Amino acid sequence: MVKPGVLMQRCLPDFQALLEPKYRVFPLWEQSDKEAYLAENAESIRGLIASAAMWVDAALIDKLPKLEIVSKTGVGVDRVDLHKCKERGIAVTNTPDVGTDDCADMAIGLLLATMRNICAADRLVRKGLWPKLENYPTFAHKMSGKHLGIVGLGRIGLAVAKRAEAFGCKISYLARAEKSGLPYKFYATVLELAKNSDMLVLTCALTKETTHLVGREVLDALGPEGFLVNVARGAVVDEQELVKALVEERIAGAGLDVFENEPQVPQELWNMENVVLLPHMACHTRNTVKGILELVVSNLDAHFSGKPLLTPYLDD
Amino acid sequence: MGPKPGVLMLKMMMPYLRDSLESKFTLYPLWEQSDKEGYLAQNAQSIRGLVTWTGSTVDAELLNKLPKLEIVSAFSVGVDKVDLRKCKERGIAVTNTPDVLTDDCADLAIALLLSSMRQVCAADRYVRKGCWPKLGQYPLTYKMSGKRLGIVGLGRIGMAVAKRAEAFSCKISYFARSEKSGVPYKFYDTVLELANNSDMLVLTCALTKETTHIVGRKVLDALGPEGFLVNIARGPVVDEQELVKALIEGRLGGAGLDVFEKEPQVPQELWNMDNVVLLPHVGSGTWDTRRAMADLAVSNLEAHFAGKPLLTPCN
Repeated sequence: MVKPGVLMQRCLPDFQALLEPKYRVFPLWEQSDKEAYLAENAESIRGLIASAAMWVDAALIDKLPKLEIVSKTGVGVDRVDLHKCKERGIAVTNTPDVGTDDCADMAIGLLLATMRNICAADRLVRKGLWPKLENYPTFAHKMSGKHLGIVGLGRIGLAVAKRAEAFGCKISYLARAEKSGLPYKFYATVLELAKNSDMLVLTCALTKETTHLVGREVLDALGPEGFLVNVARGAVVDEQELVKALVEERIAGAGLDVFENEPQVPQELWNMENVVLLPHMACHTRNTVKGILELVVSNLDAHFSGKPLLTPYLDD
Repeated sequence: MGPKPGVLMLKMMMPYLRDSLESKFTLYPLWEQSDKEGYLAQNAQSIRGLVTWTGSTVDAELLNKLPKLEIVSAFSVGVDKVDLRKCKERGIAVTNTPDVLTDDCADLAIALLLSSMRQVCAADRYVRKGCWPKLGQYPLTYKMSGKRLGIVGLGRIGMAVAKRAEAFSCKISYFARSEKSGVPYKFYDTVLELANNSDMLVLTCALTKETTHIVGRKVLDALGPEGFLVNIARGPVVDEQELVKALIEGRLGGAGLDVFEKEPQVPQELWNMDNVVLLPHVGSGTWDTRRAMADLAVSNLEAHFAGKPLLTPCN
């Protein structure tokens, strides 16, 4: 029985070991001439592992006439051409839930690290400056009890809310529609949410509607004592406006795990004390990555044995 | 209406506090004087109140120079640097600023747990050094949610830490002088047993003879190479030499430390580690809390001079 062919865009050694017993792996990253490789093996490729940050666009899909399933690592599918997949009857799965806790943990971690100057104070100690100062040169901002606005109240947004409640935060949110039965205040626009929040945490998916949702007006509404945390996608924020707002001190600080042009991070931010900059790692813990890879394989297994997909984003 | 009571402020702790004192009292700013001895001698008859903090000592020598002193208002919760016995002898009231800082300290404990387990500061350094485009993804870190948290000391701050950690689905257990009834957390009567059953240990206890070096080699080994230690209590609760050894030898997963045995000295062996976070004793250092502490310190003075009950006396 021929093992189904699965194309891998990126090198993930542990993952390959999981796949190889059941699948014929086509390692795209190893090929010097990717176009030719795809052309050569097109007839054999029935599945594709879409890794974080890799594009699965119409151009790629067109080169894979036998493609039946795209299995994405992670929860975001903004780089998969869903329209094209639907057209072709290609199933798309992602890995929701697995990374929810880690992502929510990181959102709180970024809020605290930014508001309490954790990285800045740690830098000061490592430079040997503590003995030279009588007091830490500036006070930080208290997080407990403040007004937290969450943009997007999906699994991750809810998990952030649950944690923030334990800090006595007053929670409000923006979502496509109000959600019933929640003890949080709903705002229909992100501007209203920002006006009524001390901190804004972005946990929404990246769509046409949410692209540059946070721009100059929203940042000004957040204000010079306000903090922004982004664990969603860089493009939810107008990054140029964010940099300007930080340079001009029109917001108090920002904790960012994502950027518009990863891995590029605006250099104006590199020397700021009131920002925390992370390389897109909100759900990259040992536990979670293992869980993600296992779920990807389980979805492939289900598809190729004619069983229902575990976590379909788009069913075939 | 007589002249405003004279209040001596030992050091410039905070402009907000200074301004508040100046508006309500006749302020004697000691730190501005080149000849402090002379200044005290000159104004001794007018000084009825004194504001101190953890950075100054109010000993018998100073108290003897202030014959008209009626109240010492500490801008801190700790009064270990105030000669309480001498104050009692002289009938001098002493007040401090408890409770207002509980939330900040608990927030900081969670911040240190997350920053050390998820390597927030190290990853931020990675980005600022330009490593992301060159070296790719940051290595995997340790999940905090769902893990077993052991709290040493279950006072106000310990309880506040537990409440927050519950929202991360942590399984909470604790060590205290005795088991607390009505608390939904598992009690262990030794720190060693607690450490044996925890993935993270957070220290929130007071520093006493019993708690000095209560976290030593055995406890650190029990916590183990995937275990994390957070200390927001006092440096000497931990045997710092053993902690440094455990980290160097990889016997402990990592640590988040706001306090050290010999502040402001921080063991240099830790300065280059990615699995530790080092803070310069910032526990309650937020605008909100310092303002609340200042308001309380001033309110105590106002209450005293108006013949009303003190808000937070500690003697």
